[in-house]
Amino acid sequence: MSDAAVAEAGEVIVEEEAPKSFTVTLNIRRFDPEVDDEPRWVDYDVEMFPTERILDALHRIKWEQDSTLTFRRSCAHGICGSDAMRINGKNRLACKALVKDFDISKPIYVEAIKGLPLEKDLIVDMEPFFDSFREIQPFLQATSKPEKERHQTVEQRARFDDTTKCILCAACTTSCPVFWTDGQYFGPAAIVNAHRFIFDSRDEASQVRLDILNDREGVWRCRTTFNCTDACPRGIQVTKAIAEVKQAMISGVKL
Amino acid sequence: MAKKIKTNPNAGEIRDGIHYHQHDVVIVGAGGAGMRAAIESAPQASTAVITKLYPTRSHTGAAQGGMAAALANVEEDNNEWHTYDTVKGGDYLVDQDAAEILTREAIDAVLDLENMGLPFNRTPEGKIDQRRFGGHTRDHGKAPVRRACYAADRTGHMILQTLYQNCVKHGVNFFNEFYALDLVMTEVDGVQRVSGVVAYDLSTGDIHVFQGKSVIFATGGFGKIFKTTSNAHTLTGDGVGIIWRKGLPLEDMEFYQFHPTGLAGLGILLTEGARGEGAILRNASGERFMERYAPTIKDLAPRDIVARSMVQEVLDGRGAGPNKDYVFLDCTHLGEDVLENKLPDITEFARTYLGVDPVTEPVPVYPTAHYAMGGIPTNNDAEVLADNDTVVPGLYAAGECACVSVHGANRLGTNSLLDINVFGKRAGNNAVTYAKTAEFIDLPANPAQGVIGMLDELRASDGTENVAAIRKDLQDTMDMNAQVFRTEETLTKATEVIAGLRERYKNVAVHDRGKRFNTDLLEAVELGFLLDLAEVLVACALNRKESRGGHMRDDYPDRDDATYLKHTMAYLAGDPHSSVATDHIRLDWKPVRLGTYEPKARKY
Ligand SMILES: Cc1cc2nc3c(=O)[nH]c(=O)nc-3n(C[C@H](O)[C@H](O)[C@H](O)COP(=O)(O)OP(=O)(O)OC[C@H]3O[C@@H](n4cnc5c(N)ncnc54)[C@H](O)[C@@H]3O)c2cc1C
Ligand code: SF4
Ligand code: FES
Repeated sequence: MSDAAVAEAGEVIVEEEAPKSFTVTLNIRRFDPEVDDEPRWVDYDVEMFPTERILDALHRIKWEQDSTLTFRRSCAHGICGSDAMRINGKNRLACKALVKDFDISKPIYVEAIKGLPLEKDLIVDMEPFFDSFREIQPFLQATSKPEKERHQTVEQRARFDDTTKCILCAACTTSCPVFWTDGQYFGPAAIVNAHRFIFDSRDEASQVRLDILNDREGVWRCRTTFNCTDACPRGIQVTKAIAEVKQAMISGVKL
Repeated sequence: MAKKIKTNPNAGEIRDGIHYHQHDVVIVGAGGAGMRAAIESAPQASTAVITKLYPTRSHTGAAQGGMAAALANVEEDNNEWHTYDTVKGGDYLVDQDAAEILTREAIDAVLDLENMGLPFNRTPEGKIDQRRFGGHTRDHGKAPVRRACYAADRTGHMILQTLYQNCVKHGVNFFNEFYALDLVMTEVDGVQRVSGVVAYDLSTGDIHVFQGKSVIFATGGFGKIFKTTSNAHTLTGDGVGIIWRKGLPLEDMEFYQFHPTGLAGLGILLTEGARGEGAILRNASGERFMERYAPTIKDLAPRDIVARSMVQEVLDGRGAGPNKDYVFLDCTHLGEDVLENKLPDITEFARTYLGVDPVTEPVPVYPTAHYAMGGIPTNNDAEVLADNDTVVPGLYAAGECACVSVHGANRLGTNSLLDINVFGKRAGNNAVTYAKTAEFIDLPANPAQGVIGMLDELRASDGTENVAAIRKDLQDTMDMNAQVFRTEETLTKATEVIAGLRERYKNVAVHDRGKRFNTDLLEAVELGFLLDLAEVLVACALNRKESRGGHMRDDYPDRDDATYLKHTMAYLAGDPHSSVATDHIRLDWKPVRLGTYEPKARKY
């Protein structure tokens, strides 16, 4: 690297010297099943730096103001899929949503993802979501017994790369208007995970999964609204994956 | 087709408000180690997996760079070289027979995963591709070797997903969001025998007792005792803490690894795979400083050496940034193609969290608390030890919570994903074999008494101390006083601070008094484990007056094989609630199992 690059990096940092914190208002939809009949919106003011995450704001509230605030989280950098929530009406991971990307002159609205039973504050029951996932037989099915690894070309491996990235956060499924009105719909995440195997050259059960998804509650419910693709924190082309699965039903799997 | 019938999680049999379950094998933890064990045990014996996170949320999913195995797919390699590297990397505190098992079974461990469906990156011939990683060399240190099997920089994600997928295939019985809080032991003929596990169901607040013939702990690490860490918020060392409170020993707790390249100020990891692909560390003036510290393999020296070199640069005033408190990881010469295709996630982390684009700018980095080499002592069969050689029948541990010890004083990159697979599998198999002939041990009269007492006390407390405040003070003091460089003075300071925090913890407040999803209560419980483990770590660090691997004593800068070529064994002996460490921590030693490789000065 040239010295110029270092100097340049130095300058960028210098500009950010002494970043200023400011007050952000979070309006959180709270629900305590042991007390409340209905969810209620509660305001919290928190001091935040622009590069901090919404998850940091939630932590600050929980740790400094009201420790009863309840949400899931673990990795804090978008890899475990625990903290999908609706932030200003859009499904995001709280740990990937930075304060600076919001208009902080207004409150930031935070609520649980929609379409799954609300349990408490920002927590929903994930079981129906995982049930759909389990139903599409999300595991490699191959009868050959190779001595070492099964071979796969770089191109074959690339064919399903996009859908291997899924962290099962449910942001896609719970942003889908079809899923909101029909909780029986498999939903985008299950289809994404079916895609991951359908297009894996090593797998032999594509047809089984296609049959499952050909169901009344399967891929044909998708209305191509692209909400899921917008919501996916892993940048998976969810709508495209669904379209490829539909295509495979019509004209067979093209690897 | 019948769809989405709400699965009724096995409620067990309810007596006096407590749920009782019986399974041959009870596994605590559903990360890589726990699920690898479950895949062995579930098809052969009734198995329950208790996990405080949904399995796919486990931190194995955050692992990036790769999993070591001398497949020799891209260049000459063999497992003897791998063993040598592991032993030398661990600064000779590795038990060499264990390291041999690790590297020998590595090949099958990788092939198992591939056969289960793991989408590894491929070579042009369609084989599993391999990349370079720190400390892994050809022919005993001659040059870096390509040994790490990988899937972009998402290797851990793929391992976790693949193992979960195969657990789904085998219909493994998971108890998700159940927190194990105690190990149940019953006295039989004067001997303490394992009889089960007590767990807390987060969603209901109910207590569940799992009676098991064999119990496997696979609860992961405890990076949250530090402030700057690559570990998840949930990595609070519960399993290691439970074992400690039972009076069973912990091994080598002073050996904690600081990974060189955490995003500065945040601790989020940038894999060593970046340096494996050619990235270079530079100080403020652009100098490739690792040339001075490890002339042969430079940026690919083991982590302890690289982390210390980075801190040394900063201490010597060569750090970058407004506060001169970090160095740079320069990936700019790798090109967009390599970054986007082989390191896509870390490229995104730098962009998202620091606003720095690695394609065009060097990334500010600083060491981050990463991995516990120490933990629950086991033998090579993953059986937990009650002292230097007595096995606790039916009790197993695997993964980061365990100490076999294959990592010695410093773990090599890619050897942990390997460890969880090799020893997770061994734990699963051995637990089943044991359960097949063993009888259930009767539970004691009130097996959940201790846990209920602890929870009631916390929930009813009218304390004034804040959980987060105590935790923050703990993390601050650990970063300040027990991190990359340690001295008698800093460790003594840490001991004092922790003693004060343990006093404050007795007066801690829990505000959420509810039963359902009471994360406030659980954070208080987790803090208790953090305080216990930090106290033990510091006591062990004070006791080891030498520098070895991840444990660098500035006041004793040399390795002292004559006195310290042995494992630390820490025992709880005395009042567990006392805040004075020396009151209740007894330290002892355990010999290292040496072998082919004589301890030598560690040069790279
Ligand atoms: C960012 C990062 C990158 C890494 N990269 C690599 C790499 O490239 N190569 C490599 O070899 N290693 C890497 N490592 C290290 C490696 O990933 C970990 O050491 C390893 O994955 C640990 O696996 P585990 O199964 O022991 O624990 P985890 O995956 O952490 O799982 C712990 C499990 O225990 C459960 N649990 C914990 N407490 C309780 C409780 N009280 N009750 C019930 N369940 C409980 C959790 O729910 C979880 O399921 C990396 C680590 C990190 C943090
Ligand atoms: S496809 Fe994307 S949004 Fe949907 S569950 Fe997977 S990671 Fe989440
Ligand atoms: S906390 Fe893991 S994805 Fe946000």
